[in-house]
Amino acid sequence: MGKVVVITSGKGGVGKTTTSAALGAALAQGGEKVVVVDFDVGLRNLDLVMGAERRVVYDLVNVIQGEAKLAQALIRDKRVETLYLLPASQTRDKDNLTPEGVEKVVAALKSAFDWVICDSPAGIERGATLAMRHADTAIVVTNPEVSSVRDSDRIIGLLDSKTLKAENGERMEKHLLLTRYDPARAERGDMLKVDDVLEILSIPLLGIIPESMDVLKASNVGAPVTLADGGSAPARAYFDAARRLKGEALPVTVPGEKRSFFGKIFGRKAA
Amino acid sequence: MTNVLTQPRPIRLKGRSFLALALSPELPFEDWLARLDDLAARSAGFFLRRPVVLDIDGLDIDRNELRELVGQLGKRNVRIMGIEGARPSLLGADLPPGMTDGRPASDFEAPAEAVETAEPRAEEETVERVVSAEPVLARAMPSMIVTEPVRSGQSLFFPEGDVTVIGSVASGAEVVAGGSIHVYGTLRGRALAGTTGDASARIFCRKLEAELIAIDGFYQTAEDMEPDLRGQAVQIWLEGETVKTGILG
Repeated sequence: MGKVVVITSGKGGVGKTTTSAALGAALAQGGEKVVVVDFDVGLRNLDLVMGAERRVVYDLVNVIQGEAKLAQALIRDKRVETLYLLPASQTRDKDNLTPEGVEKVVAALKSAFDWVICDSPAGIERGATLAMRHADTAIVVTNPEVSSVRDSDRIIGLLDSKTLKAENGERMEKHLLLTRYDPARAERGDMLKVDDVLEILSIPLLGIIPESMDVLKASNVGAPVTLADGGSAPARAYFDAARRLKGEALPVTVPGEKRSFFGKIFGRKAA
Repeated sequence: MTNVLTQPRPIRLKGRSFLALALSPELPFEDWLARLDDLAARSAGFFLRRPVVLDIDGLDIDRNELRELVGQLGKRNVRIMGIEGARPSLLGADLPPGMTDGRPASDFEAPAEAVETAEPRAEEETVERVVSAEPVLARAMPSMIVTEPVRSGQSLFFPEGDVTVIGSVASGAEVVAGGSIHVYGTLRGRALAGTTGDASARIFCRKLEAELIAIDGFYQTAEDMEPDLRGQAVQIWLEGETVKTGILG
């Protein structure tokens, strides 16, 4: 059985879709069978970031409504053969997602893939709650600024109450991925520091992705940053995050600092 | 133009609990009302001037049926102060407000005797029960311990007594307690202590970054707090009508 991971944040524009594509591609490059699912029905973007926008025939809503089979809607990546995309519909809205339909699709994907990565829409409404509903693990994407941190905190509360795991009395595994981190601006005090964010959210840190032009460049050419330029700083940070997601105890480094924060941050117990 | 507030004294909002009679009607309502009439025939004054809450949890009825039921009860001089267990869509402006978080108290005994003697006896008996139940409620001071951080958007409501949070209270979260509030972490959200009228309640926190604090209805926003108290371990209490804050050594 595969593992279902939801990429969520509450706030929009923090890097959920970038992260879904980059982590999915990083895991797939390691030989794992991965599907990334776009839950942002009506505002789909994942197909663009993955460079598959011209190959979309059927989508998630078609599958849920029984208009297409799951295998017809899955798009295999041209660069990494174990990477698949299940696109969202651009013409429908989120009311077309039914709890039963989502449950069936996620269960089918879980039995066919090692990783099912659900790219959640922003907000806390239907699309977002359905994307997190069946997850085993959540990655909370946060930018180092106060509104993003507060929205992430709200999402963590929902992960602990509105998901299937929470309702069954189990504990949802949650990881923090800090994106668009600029060490120079954090040093000047224009941005929250890593420690501040961790203190507020108190969940374990999966990685820190530096702010970089490489991310924008990659999405403009329609490639996950881990495929476009594997040697770039953000790509390396995503590769490390993927290894930690698989359970490796890899020290987290703050971009721009040579010193490892391992003992201080990654080893910290979530309150 | 915005109105300038000339009165610096804020309006006090307090929580208070009362003992009410909860009626749980059963379907079909005609039969249930017949049994109610039977009870009323035995004791005409049983429901008179008594606050009654209608508990319709689990009943599959629509708004018209509910309105009809409330009307039928009104004809029998049973005045409904609130409705428990109703979906929000069932309630409208023309119906009593919805009520939640009801806690069970000792049951009322319906009078069983004949009309001639029952009326005064039943009245006496229930009054006695109400009185005997009250000191128990006031004396018991339970506490609630929360071992997880209180996240933004979450609201912890505990009118019964003290709340202890082992962790932080996030910005946009709130803790409402009948007694004192203890936060073994950073208090960034709101903390409202002594909300059921306890002026001796206090708020303690390891680090004060609160958006709003209140004791017994007297509140203070972040703007009103002394800047040098922020980030400190403090206790907050009420002296008369003034909210006082002191640094914990």
